[in-house]
Amino acid sequence: MRDVAVIGIGCTKFGEKWESSFRDIFVEAGTLALEDAQLSGEKIDAMYVGNMSAGRFIGQEHIGALIADYAGLATRHIPSTRVEAACASGGLAFRQAVIAVASGMEDIVIAAGVEKMTDVGSDESTDTLTGAADREWEGFMGATFPGLYAMIAQDYMHKYHMTREQLAQVAVKNHFNGARNPIAQFQSEITLDTVLKSTMVAEPLRLFDCSPVTDGAAAVIVAPLDRAREFTDTPIKVLATAQASDSIALHDRRDISTLDATVAAGQRAFRMAHLTTNDIDMVEVHDCFSIAEICAIEDLGFCRKGEAGKFTADGETALGGKIPVNTSGGLKACGHPVGATGIKQVCEIVQQLRGTAGRRQVDGAKIGMTHNVGGTGATVAVHILGRV
Amino acid sequence: MVGIITYGAYIPRYRIKVEEITRVWGANASDITGGLGVFEKSVPDLDEDAATIAVEAARNALKRRNVDPEKIGAVYVGSESHPYAVKPTACTVGEAIGATPHMTAADYEFACKAGTAAIQTCMGLVKSGMIPYGLAIGSDVSQGAPSDALEYTAAAGGAAYVIGNNDPVAVINHTCSFTTDTPDFWRREGQDYPRHGGRFTGDPGYFKHVKGASNLLFEQIGTSPKDYTYAIFHQPNAKFPQKVAKDLGFKSEQIKPGLVVPWLGNTYSGASPIGLAATLDIAKPGDRIFVCSFGSGAGSDAFDITVTDAITSDAFHRDAAPSVMQLLKDPIYLDYARYAKHKGKIVMQS
Amino acid sequence: MTVARFWRHLPQRYNMVGTKCETCGRHFFPPRSFCPDCRRAGKIVEHKFKGEGTVVTFTVIHTAAEQYSMLTPYVLAIVKLDEGPQITTQIVMDPAKAKIGMKVKSVFRKIATDGESGIIHYGTKFVPVE
Repeated sequence: MRDVAVIGIGCTKFGEKWESSFRDIFVEAGTLALEDAQLSGEKIDAMYVGNMSAGRFIGQEHIGALIADYAGLATRHIPSTRVEAACASGGLAFRQAVIAVASGMEDIVIAAGVEKMTDVGSDESTDTLTGAADREWEGFMGATFPGLYAMIAQDYMHKYHMTREQLAQVAVKNHFNGARNPIAQFQSEITLDTVLKSTMVAEPLRLFDCSPVTDGAAAVIVAPLDRAREFTDTPIKVLATAQASDSIALHDRRDISTLDATVAAGQRAFRMAHLTTNDIDMVEVHDCFSIAEICAIEDLGFCRKGEAGKFTADGETALGGKIPVNTSGGLKACGHPVGATGIKQVCEIVQQLRGTAGRRQVDGAKIGMTHNVGGTGATVAVHILGRV
Repeated sequence: MVGIITYGAYIPRYRIKVEEITRVWGANASDITGGLGVFEKSVPDLDEDAATIAVEAARNALKRRNVDPEKIGAVYVGSESHPYAVKPTACTVGEAIGATPHMTAADYEFACKAGTAAIQTCMGLVKSGMIPYGLAIGSDVSQGAPSDALEYTAAAGGAAYVIGNNDPVAVINHTCSFTTDTPDFWRREGQDYPRHGGRFTGDPGYFKHVKGASNLLFEQIGTSPKDYTYAIFHQPNAKFPQKVAKDLGFKSEQIKPGLVVPWLGNTYSGASPIGLAATLDIAKPGDRIFVCSFGSGAGSDAFDITVTDAITSDAFHRDAAPSVMQLLKDPIYLDYARYAKHKGKIVMQS
Repeated sequence: MTVARFWRHLPQRYNMVGTKCETCGRHFFPPRSFCPDCRRAGKIVEHKFKGEGTVVTFTVIHTAAEQYSMLTPYVLAIVKLDEGPQITTQIVMDPAKAKIGMKVKSVFRKIATDGESGIIHYGTKFVPVE
């Protein structure tokens, strides 16, 4: 098993990209990544692309081939594979790329993520996202995706007495960070009031507790560590890759407000890297809803179960805090083009470790972590990256 | 001895008061409550229809007595608001109570007497030995056109009867009917609301047929009103049954337990079945009950029933399901706008 | 939901028919034909659930999918059936009165309709036990 490094990253601006098509945004992200790695396309050996639901958003399947084609690589007949795990599609695509290189099977591999969500109306996109849950026994019974996370929030607040204000602080912090991230969908800071007065979606979650519908694409290029310096002066080593599964339906989980798949993947990642939470300088977690970030930082071990609300309200997860969480702005402020999020998270950590995160830079960042979740916790991918 | 093995009723929780409807149409509430004797009517929930009401009534019946659903050999549901024009409510009910697949089934329509027609059919199948038990249901979420007189009374509810000959709680001694082709009230296929002949619905409609069937029964078995403890007549409002009872020679105490229309409205196919259920809820062994339904179009079914000891025996648990009085308690009142939403009277974008 | 897909689960949707592993006593809803604990040693039989349970967690849905938009605001809950399995379901009640720990029982209702001309999907919801 070889060591793997990230040698290039690229990310489009996230948002409602009316003028851009699915193909446009992928090509844009891929081009940025190749430029960043100073690599020409002919050097790419394989592609993995994370995408949740092009079949419903744009009526298009066979994404692996489509993307290879529009990346100009189809004529070279490289292997190109679409990976899907709902909102964890990007994280899984990254893991597949890392495994391909680590195993020695491939050398230079692109891991990309792309989602074009605004070509359908909001009824259709809401229904499509419900496919990340259990359609037969959750969706058909009237569950919406925010409704499922709202039930997690109710269970959590009932058990641990986190206040509504503490929960809202997650969104406030992430918008603060997002305002310092050029690719984020939302570029303004918000206040606690913004969150608490926004439209109720599913009690207790309001509009500003929920990540939006977004178009976007991101791509990273991985290579064997021992070749990384051919392409970049700042190779970033993949210290760990881990993935875990759990029941698809929330009602089948062991504990409604603990994502056991996060716990499992997190533990595996720390073991693989021989590290603990104390070694992590910043972490990108999957805040599809504010409550998801609360559970994530506990389930990864950054604070004890039941304490993440106070931990957040005390500023420990802010840019200057003990463990900055979602310096990118998270899903909440960047937006959540479903398949792209997991790759965007890697892009953010790489920028932090390279020292190029601008106004969101965490000083002396050496080791970072990403946490990407599918559905209400049925798939989780966790990665740890470090400066070489 | 063919009779009622068990019975159950179901009434939705929502109501609208007559004065809320008159408020919208600029009518005088006391004219209506005084003229019709109806104060409020039941309204189905957004996720209820004649099929869900039929299932709940049937399940309530089965809660009261241990009947093997696989022995129910026939299911007939009478309604004028079947959810499908083609696809029987009876099949959904049969599936929901575990009677499928060894059963016959069909849906009935005969305005407000489709439920009693179903009872007669089950009696025939049981009496002839073709089936051990039959399930007859009258269930409706009746519609009245906005601002029409019927809007004050068209209500939602249903009752279910398991007919058999093995230890009935009430024996049906006799039934007979009086049927003619009379256009007193009708609804054409595809139309949302029924139409009616105004005052024509009275004497040539309701009164002719109820008196026709009642007198036919008295003649056929040699009984008269004084022989009965209770009587239930179809109740499109409170006035018609009170008048026909008086005209036939019944006393107001006889019809009192079965007269639920003032607080329920007219549940169409459910009306006589619910009236009978309300009476069975308080009946004692030996009580003799007279029932005469009426359905526009037009016809009446009359029944002579005797309550047996089984109704107070260990085999029958009357309290295992809600009584009609219990179903009428703790209603939730709606304003006209929410009522219109519940009844699908608001034109939505298709 | 297409006709065949809805129809094949009628026993589950109308009558809460699941399974039980007679070897370890664990109940499954929706039905499982293989006990995850006993695996091949598990003897699986059909089991009709009583339809009674307790609310584990809930929310009030204000923004719903199109099929359910007429019902909002409505209570969506995870209910732990008395026999053990947990299910996701609607509770028909005044949303302001919903509480974790409430006892509920099943009722037969319309879940959804496939537009004006498609089939009606009947199924099971729950109401508070009074």
